[in-house]
Amino acid sequence: MIDTALVRAAETEQIGNTALNISIFVGFVVLTLFFVVRASRTNKSTSQMYTAGSSFTGRQNGIAISGDYLSAASFLGIAGAIALTGYDGFLYSIGFLVAWVIALLLVAELLRNTGRFTMADVLSFRMQERPVRTAAAVSTLVVSFFYLLAQMAGAGGLVALLLNIHDSFGQALVIAAVGALMILYVLVGGMKGTTYVQIIKAILLIGAALLMTVWVLAQYGMNFSDLLGDGASAGAALEPGKKYGLDDVTKIDFISLSVALVLGTAGLPHILMRFYTVPTAKEARRSVVWAIWLIGLFYLFTLTLGYGAAAMVGPDRIASAPGAANSAAPLLAYELGGTLLLGIVSAVAFATILAVVAGLTITASASFAHDIYTNVIHRGNAPDGREVRVARIAAIVIGVVAIFGGIAANGQNIAFLVALAFAVAASANLPTILYSLFWKRFNTRGCLWSIYGGLIITVGLIFFSPAVSGSETAMFPDQDWSWFPLANPGLVSIPASFLLGIVGTLTSKEHLEYKAAEMEVRSLTGAGAEGRAIDH
Amino acid sequence: MSQSHETQPVTSPPTDREAAYLRVLSSPEFGDLKHKYRSWVIPATLAGLTFYFVYVLMSTYAVDFMSQKLVGNVNVGLVFGLLQFVATFAVTMAYVRYADRELDPRSSKIREEMEAEGLA
Repeated sequence: MIDTALVRAAETEQIGNTALNISIFVGFVVLTLFFVVRASRTNKSTSQMYTAGSSFTGRQNGIAISGDYLSAASFLGIAGAIALTGYDGFLYSIGFLVAWVIALLLVAELLRNTGRFTMADVLSFRMQERPVRTAAAVSTLVVSFFYLLAQMAGAGGLVALLLNIHDSFGQALVIAAVGALMILYVLVGGMKGTTYVQIIKAILLIGAALLMTVWVLAQYGMNFSDLLGDGASAGAALEPGKKYGLDDVTKIDFISLSVALVLGTAGLPHILMRFYTVPTAKEARRSVVWAIWLIGLFYLFTLTLGYGAAAMVGPDRIASAPGAANSAAPLLAYELGGTLLLGIVSAVAFATILAVVAGLTITASASFAHDIYTNVIHRGNAPDGREVRVARIAAIVIGVVAIFGGIAANGQNIAFLVALAFAVAASANLPTILYSLFWKRFNTRGCLWSIYGGLIITVGLIFFSPAVSGSETAMFPDQDWSWFPLANPGLVSIPASFLLGIVGTLTSKEHLEYKAAEMEVRSLTGAGAEGRAIDH
Repeated sequence: MSQSHETQPVTSPPTDREAAYLRVLSSPEFGDLKHKYRSWVIPATLAGLTFYFVYVLMSTYAVDFMSQKLVGNVNVGLVFGLLQFVATFAVTMAYVRYADRELDPRSSKIREEMEAEGLA
């Protein structure tokens, strides 16, 4: 199937055509900028900036959610994980999809009915507002930062492969350019512009994955079993355990990862915020249904892409390419359709990163401006027009921080970094969201203990894990201060955070009955929900 | 449009607005909606998560069983994994049907009554 002579030839040369790659990417930027500039005419008020005036339909928002959710980790990371380890890599796809059951059934509609702009709106609804808002904003910023790091690190690896930029200064420049573009999108287009970018990107990404899937299968006469066989003989195992079945610790690590994946989604602030861009809970439900179908289809494609990359490119070549595992999908594209398909797929991968980082930036800046600046510092009475300005400045600051973080994290495994963001979200956010919506007795202390406890435990365990020091693949491979054995802390940190919420609640006498009644009625009926009438 | 969310001291009597929400909360119509909602979504979520964790645990501790080939190179584990997709899609469709038929009419009725009262 593979012409090995050609493979060797390609290895010694530059893969693909740099000018073509750049021009396809520039085409995407021009197209999206057109929509962003068009959206900028209405991007004046906070509700336009954060939620596009809740004016999107369920279908539009569902496509945008899939564009927001299918990050570089989903495309590049999972394809690479399956290509290198086979079965164990597919867990990412399954966990990332099943997670949506929680978002659909327990969170999306109730959140839409009780909040307006941010996750903190819901968490602080019936609590002492300032401390809870502060905690929720801190957690939003931390999760978004981890997620941003992963995306920016992915941009660096992709650049190395596609633009043939191998020195770290050149890669840093490109990461900075990606960051600058994302800041521009957010500043000019606000949530409406960002949503258009995510919709366009989702269509391109899912279309490209479908094209490659059909192409790979066509090479095998549409015989999926033969493809699996070839992938397996190249090294992508069909049986579980190649990566995680080595010993008891790796087995527990697999379970820990699976817990973080499935419980993280419904706690991701940038996903939660998307539910506010539609006018009603019914539209929020419709959004999630669209998102589940699109995301599910895409993850089915990852199976073919992963085994296809193993069979047609080969794990050795993937592992030794610039960007390592993250390069499996682009290399497969090159193998299939030469420089043109490589150019298209790499432009799509860039678009993916750009759309996701724009969504993350808008979420983090909205949380800072709406939660911290207006509601905590100014107690809900910020001077007119100041909040939008603060949000814009915050977007610039967050963008710059992300650029430097991305340069520092350049070369890290992105699916893995995103899994850490999921662990933080599942620990610090999900317990408080579920308790707020389903447990009447839950109160301020329970909320604070769960958020801060979850944050400290998760980030602390990551810091002392083999992911950061003391192993070959660690961020600091030459040093060793690790004592926590698991690379993903979810199995410990998530139950601990749920428990802290209970203990904190029961040790406090606070019981805000009236607000709890209002929240419960509003969450289920949508009475008094913000943004039902579009008033801007 | 925007309402501030000040907390109330527990001891103070409810304002008219708060009393109205408390009334809705204890109404049989709202109790019915809440029951219809929770009695569907909580078991469905637990079932979905259980199915997922059975898959994860068997992938970890029942490797031989999961590695058995069924058709060609397709083994039990892969089919089990693909069934996670099927289950997710099935729960999604079933919930939408249920929500459209059972939940939406009930919640709109309560909401409209509250809006007529000037509460929302």
